[in-house]
Amino acid sequence: MDIQLKRGLLDVCVLAAIKSEDSYGYKIIKDMKPYLELSESTLYTILKRLEMASLLVTRTAEHGGRLRKYYHITPQGLARIEEFREDWKEIQSIYQFITREEHGNDEA
Amino acid sequence: MTKLEFFNELQARLSGLPKAEADERFSFYDEMIDDRIEDGLSEEEAVAEVGTPEEIANQILSEIPLSALVKEKVKKNRALRGWEIVLLILGFPLWFPLLIAALAVILSIYVSIWAVVISLYAVDLALALSVVALVVGMFIYLFQSNIGGALMSLGAGILSAGLAILLFIGCVALSKGIISLTKKSLLGIKSWFVRKED
Repeated sequence: MDIQLKRGLLDVCVLAAIKSEDSYGYKIIKDMKPYLELSESTLYTILKRLEMASLLVTRTAEHGGRLRKYYHITPQGLARIEEFREDWKEIQSIYQFITREEHGNDEA
Repeated sequence: MTKLEFFNELQARLSGLPKAEADERFSFYDEMIDDRIEDGLSEEEAVAEVGTPEEIANQILSEIPLSALVKEKVKKNRALRGWEIVLLILGFPLWFPLLIAALAVILSIYVSIWAVVISLYAVDLALALSVVALVVGMFIYLFQSNIGGALMSLGAGILSAGLAILLFIGCVALSKGIISLTKKSLLGIKSWFVRKED
């Protein structure tokens, strides 16, 4: 898949994973697993990028005698998901245009 | 591989990373492994799922700009002794031109590699243009009812077209090869900067 497109999609996926409640690294990976495989290093990069862009904030909490980092979505992060929904409508109409072109060629 | 072995190897591969950066990444992987163990995996399994230290180190290196690594390296070696500084300053007229010359040589070798590739593309373009010319020539021969000439033009045109296509495939493969080699060399240079000095 186109790398820019995939990067944008993964950003929104991770935001969606922390949308309803704060989550932590391993849980994000587990929640996403049925839909897509994400490696730890990829996830780290995405989380870092989202944090830099203020789409999420982090907090460290104690868990079972060790520290765990939790990720919390910001209003900007929620807005980003909404933005994606709008983008998606556009992508769908582009997709329709692309596939219609294909059918046209088949008939010709 | 145990968690300790995992982090020892990762540490060795990334010892030149800026401290804060390295700590943050290490604690991320530490948490990932602990969470897997808590989930019922053995330590070995948990470490294996996270990935090999080599893969992780390479990915981290490819994300960090070379300038940040060089800066960290320079910072580490800041404790120069007095005579070293004197030598460095006195030797400046000698080592500085040498350094510039070495960089210029590396750059020129790299540029000349690409120059060869570009000239191959130019040859390919010339072949493609000759196909057009030969086709036009064929029609001119046909109008003059010169069947022999037309056939010869057609043959030469097909030959040129074939060569052009083959050469183009070769050129693309060569360009891709050089690009991936460039990326690999860059990764090599980066890992040279962060590797632990024995």
